[in-house]
Amino acid sequence: MFAAASLAILVTMVLILLRALLGPTVYDRILAINSFGTKTVLIIAVFGYLTERPDFLDIALAYALINFITVVVVLKYFEYGNLATSGPDTPGKGSGS
Amino acid sequence: MTVLLDVLSWIAILTGSFFAFTGAVGLLRLPDFFTRMHGAGVTDTLGAGLILFGLFLQSGFGMAAIKVMLIFVFMMITGPTATHALAKAALHGKLKPLAETAGGNSS
Repeated sequence: MFAAASLAILVTMVLILLRALLGPTVYDRILAINSFGTKTVLIIAVFGYLTERPDFLDIALAYALINFITVVVVLKYFEYGNLATSGPDTPGKGSGS
Repeated sequence: MTVLLDVLSWIAILTGSFFAFTGAVGLLRLPDFFTRMHGAGVTDTLGAGLILFGLFLQSGFGMAAIKVMLIFVFMMITGPTATHALAKAALHGKLKPLAETAGGNSS
């Protein structure tokens, strides 16, 4: 059962990587990488049960949080072009408000 | 009892894998960014939710079950937040939905 689920998740990850490579806009790529991170969490958890070592769940838990932070920070960079400002109304100042 | 739990987790994990695969096909095949977000949403909620529910049934009582539930809760909180930020950034980046660019009269 866990082997079948791992195989299905691996095929899913290949399809998602194809979208990340093909994606016409940068947002398609970010969407694909976000989904890829979710699938990474799932396959780490399923692999822990496949090898009967559920300690892998700690790694999956940490990876879920890291994935969220990554996506939000990359999105903020592509939305405002700058990580120092706090919103769209302070362009180019760089000091925050 | 264990047979029932095994059968339930079989069904949940295999259905979750099917939904994950379906969402990935949608992510690859749909024509527009905002429609592709729909495919990714199917993968994030039903696929991940059902697979984690199957793992939860397999792990019995103990720390592993709590960790699986924690992963599920974090995924249910962070997934819609990331998707919302993505849609907002895409609209901010002058990306039109397909119904507007194709001239359809969507309300």
